[in-house]
Amino acid sequence: MTNDRMSNYREKLSHIVAAGAVGHIYGVGLVISGMTQPGKVIGFLDLTGNWNPALAFVMGGALLISTFTYPLIRRLEHPLLDAHWHVPTSRRITPRLVLGSLMFGAGWGLAGYCPGPAITSLATFNTKPAVFVLAMLAGMAAYHAFEKFFGHRWPGPK
Amino acid sequence: MNIVWNVQEVLMAGLGGVIIGIAVSLMLLWNGRVTGISGIVGQSLKLVRGDWYWRMAFIVGLFLGGVLMLALSGPERFIDTTDVSMGTTIIAGLLVGFGTLMGSGCTSGHGVCGLSRFSPRSLVATLSFMASGFVLVAILRAAFGEA
Repeated sequence: MTNDRMSNYREKLSHIVAAGAVGHIYGVGLVISGMTQPGKVIGFLDLTGNWNPALAFVMGGALLISTFTYPLIRRLEHPLLDAHWHVPTSRRITPRLVLGSLMFGAGWGLAGYCPGPAITSLATFNTKPAVFVLAMLAGMAAYHAFEKFFGHRWPGPK
Repeated sequence: MNIVWNVQEVLMAGLGGVIIGIAVSLMLLWNGRVTGISGIVGQSLKLVRGDWYWRMAFIVGLFLGGVLMLALSGPERFIDTTDVSMGTTIIAGLLVGFGTLMGSGCTSGHGVCGLSRFSPRSLVATLSFMASGFVLVAILRAAFGEA
């Protein structure tokens, strides 16, 4: 089993087509699940008010499949279209991991969008998902800049 | 706490989840990758040669999934019943963008892919963003009476 993340990865046309197909299926799943309705997401996070636990079944349904398929697929020598696996290997719990996740959760609770559903919701050409996605891209660019200038000092490794 | 839900919502959530589970399985089977949306988008901003078009294809696919569902089932499944202001939406987007890259993942990468391979990092990340989402909405409800 090879897991060579640091290899000089060069995408092939097959990877591009496969990723496009996965994105398409994922987007359909997100819309069916209800994740593209921010009110429902905030309802899921609203433990102290009118709690709507329905969206817990999105993660539940996904894990039902992926927990089963992950070990099966990883038995292969390598993925079908690539000579190497590109699965994360780090197991360290770091301040960066926790702090970043706390920030993400706060943003998720504020607007009711996480990255996938926000991108899928761009299909409506409504203003709010578009503003959210632009701000998200700005936040990501800000993180890249942060990492470049301060990342080696604070708050430690990824 | 007042629990508000119905059977149809739960079934649709489960069905959507199963479809998402199939999608992440295909990404692993074909490309040998976890489907972490924040990572796919975030790393695409670095414009690395030879590691960009598959990211764009995935993002366009996500968008086209939305287009297909909009055509099939109408705008109902994209309805936004919240009264979140544009200012708040911008702050939320910044937090989600910065936070997911700092935390190396979001609901898809940590919540689905990471948990399915029993990654301790993803468990900690998922508990952290869930907890902070719960606390933030509870604070908003306490401050404004509605979330």
